[in-house]
Order: sequence, then structure tokens, then C-alpha cells
Amino acid sequence: MQIEFTLNGRLIYEETSDDETLFHLLRRKGCYSVKCGCETENCGLCTVLVNGVSRLSCSYLAARADDCDVVTLEGVQKEAEEFGSFLAAEGAEQCGFCSPGLIMNVLAMEKELDSYEKEKVKEYLAGNLCRCSGYMGQLRAVEKYLSRGENRNEC
Amino acid sequence: MIKFKNYVKAESLEEAYNLNQKKSSVIGAGMMWLKVQSRIKMTLVDLSGLGLDGIEETDEEFVIGAMCTLRQLEIHEGLNEYFPGLFKECTRSIVGVQFRNGATAGGSIFGRFGFSDILTCMLALDTYVELYKGGIIPLEEFCRQKFNRDILVRIRIKKDGRRALYASSRMTKTDFPLIACCVSATDETYYVSVGARPGKAELTVIKRKEASGLKELAELAADHFHYGTNQRGSGEYRKHLTEVYVKRLFMALEREEG
Ligand SMILES: Cc1cc2nc3c(=O)[nH]c(=O)nc-3n(C[C@H](O)[C@H](O)[C@H](O)COP(=O)(O)OP(=O)(O)OC[C@H]3O[C@@H](n4cnc5c(N)ncnc54)[C@H](O)[C@@H]3O)c2cc1C
Ligand code: FES
Ligand code: FES
Repeated sequence: MQIEFTLNGRLIYEETSDDETLFHLLRRKGCYSVKCGCETENCGLCTVLVNGVSRLSCSYLAARADDCDVVTLEGVQKEAEEFGSFLAAEGAEQCGFCSPGLIMNVLAMEKELDSYEKEKVKEYLAGNLCRCSGYMGQLRAVEKYLSRGENRNEC
Repeated sequence: MIKFKNYVKAESLEEAYNLNQKKSSVIGAGMMWLKVQSRIKMTLVDLSGLGLDGIEETDEEFVIGAMCTLRQLEIHEGLNEYFPGLFKECTRSIVGVQFRNGATAGGSIFGRFGFSDILTCMLALDTYVELYKGGIIPLEEFCRQKFNRDILVRIRIKKDGRRALYASSRMTKTDFPLIACCVSATDETYYVSVGARPGKAELTVIKRKEASGLKELAELAADHFHYGTNQRGSGEYRKHLTEVYVKRLFMALEREEG
């Protein structure tokens, strides 16, 4: 079947088999930031935005992306670099395998929530697993990233 | 991963129902459960184009479309105002936000999974399911029915004045529940639903005057259910947890009453 969707701002027409997942389609299109860590919907590595909402591409049918707006890390390079610098500053990465999925979910969270209490943030990111960092560095990085505007005002 | 040959985005409930009468077809909702099944089917019938993804609030009830996501339940203002904290508590530990942006209320209820937080929660409320052919029936009756090839269209929760609270215990934060309890109350009656025992949620209704104190009432409620053992915990442990959680929920509801 043929589907038509926007991928990182570009209109795409693509042939997909009826049961292909969005994850596989995105990899075929060269979006290698999108990783598959578990394939059982537990790790969050395959997170992308579909119509602005964070979704697990490993369990999202490509057929359902028809007419949708799909964004992967490749489409938010500027934001990813900015948040990435906070991760690096906190030593919150080791292998970095989990970072693309985490970044996509942090960007979704930034848009969706109107306040960022620690518990709320932890709950929002509970579906992003990391085998290396122990999460504390990531959490510090996220908190500093989310309050960066306030710090700028203080300066 | 489920495999299928044909993807059909149903254009009407009638079309979805007719397609689903074949054993080789399967209904696709959030696809989160189906995805982890190793089944091979001919046709996947997608319900996502039928406008069933909203929550409507009237003076009498909440009408929840089968394709409404768990995240929608979690953050819906009306639900959270009428049942403070209830839907947030019963959804927040289900894997993660991205997962809850996919998994649906309809898939959770139709599946009648033993571990379901959603089923446990809704069973303690005055909840009805609206089936395409089977009409509107109480959720409790639906739980007792055998699986058939009907389609769950909507879930209806009556505003009958019950106040309700939810608690679950998990080995780790986002694991399946080890035990799941929901208690709702009217002036004279407690409705206690317990799931993940590990069997699917069941309901018991007890009158407040049936026992002298909340501890005794909680024990009475816990006695009503059968508990089983699996790798997450023994039946004995589950029963003990039920007594503790149900008592705590009774106490919290009493505190709210003032
Ligand atoms: C890894 C994992 C962890 C989970 N953890 C929890 C947890 O801790 N607590 C919890 O409560 N739940 C948990 N769940 C279950 C989850 O919340 C959903 O209940 C489940 O995924 C089903 O919802 P769905 O929308 O994905 O349905 P689908 O996977 O699309 O469908 C599930 C089944 O129901 C049928 N179906 C779906 N909708 C309808 C309908 N409207 N009419 C007729 N038939 C229909 C489908 O044909 C299928 O057989 C977990 C699931 C997974 C995969
Ligand atoms: S690969 Fe999708 S959640 Fe792990
Ligand atoms: S840094 Fe290695 S998995 Fe997160």
C-alpha cells in the first residue's frame, strides 16, 4: 500500500507492506537515530513524534502514519544539540544509545506540561530506560534544560 | 510481532463488525497488546477512523470512546474533577507516557486482562460497555461473558455520586501490578474491585454495617476473592496486600468524608 506523510518537514510518498511498523519504515528512510531496544514497548528508544505526540514507533503501524506529521531526532537537530549539551555537562551519557528516544520524549514533555515538578518529570520519562547512567545525571540535565530560560533571566 | 496480510481502516462500525466475523480477522485498537502477540492473521481491522477517540461528559455520565487512549483518561479534566486523582493513579504506572499515548481504553476493557489496572478501576464504578451488537450492558456482566467477535464501541461511567480511590503494588515502578485495588463508596455501601490476583478483576459489594471497623470490613472484602501464585508473588501475599490496601482506601475515603 502507498502512504503519504510528512517526515521531518518533507512530504514523503512511500510504499509500505500492510503490517510494517513505523520503526522499520523510518530506518529504511535513513532515520538511524530511531533505535529498537526491546521491541516490546518497554524501553522508549524508538520514540518519535506523530502529530506532536510521543509514540513508540516499534508498535506503530506505518499504515497509520498516512496523512500524519512524523518527526524524528533528525528533524530537531537544533533542539537536540541544545539538550544534548546539558546531558554532556552532567555526564549523563555513557553509550548514548538511549539518548535519541529520551530527547524526543523530553521535547514532547516540554510542549505538553505547563510545570515541571520533579515527580511529574520522572513520571513522564519513566518509559525511557537507560542501562548506563542510573538516571540521576539525566534528571539533572533535564531539570537544568527545562529551567534554562529562568537562568538566562537571572543573568 | 503480529503478522497480517491486509490492513483495513474501517469506514463504519458495520464494516468493522462484518470484517471481524471471520476468524482470520482481528480488531486493531492501540495495537500495543497485539504487537507483542505472535499471531498470524489475514486482516487487521483498524478502528482509528471511526471518531471513537473522545471523552464526552454529560450531566449523567462520562462517555469514553473505545479508541480513547490511557493518556487521555489520565489527564482528562472532567474525569479528574469528578473522581479526584483516580484515573491518574490507575494509569500512571502503565509503562510510560509514549505507551499510554497508544494503548486504548477499549483495548484494555475488551481484553479483560488479569493484570489490568483499567478494568480494576472501572469495575468499582457504575460502568457500562456499549457493544455494537450486544447493546449496553454492565461492565461486571461483560467481564463474565466469553470472548466473542462483537465490537466495543464506548464505555459509559455513570455519575452516581460514588467517590473512588485506587492503589496498586508493583515489583518495580512500571511493571505489571502484583495486586490492584479500587474502592468506591456511597453513604451505605462500599464497592471493592481487586485485579491482578493474578486473575482478572472482580467486584464485591459490602454494606458498611456488615462489620464493626474498617479493618474487619477490609478482611471481609479480601475474603471474597480467590488469589493465585505466579512469579510476582504468592496467593497468600496477594491476599495480605489486598487487606492492607483496601483498609487504607477505606480510611482515605472516610477522611475525605470528614
Ligand atoms: C508491555 C506491556 C505492559 C503493560 N502493562 C500494563 C499495566 O501495567 N497495567 C495495565 O492495566 N495494562 C497494561 N498493559 C495493557 C495495555 O494497557 C492495554 O490494555 C493493551 O495494550 C490493550 O490495549 P490496546 O489499545 O493496545 O489494544 P490492542 O492491542 O489493539 O487490542 C487488544 C485486544 O482487544 C481487541 N480489541 C481492541 N479494541 C477492541 C474493540 N473496541 N472492540 C473489540 N475488540 C477490541 C483486539 O482485537 C485485541 O485482541 C500492558 C501491555 C503491554 C504490551
Ligand atoms: S523498541 Fe520500542 S519501546 Fe523498546
Ligand atoms: S547511556 Fe547507555 S543506555 Fe543510556
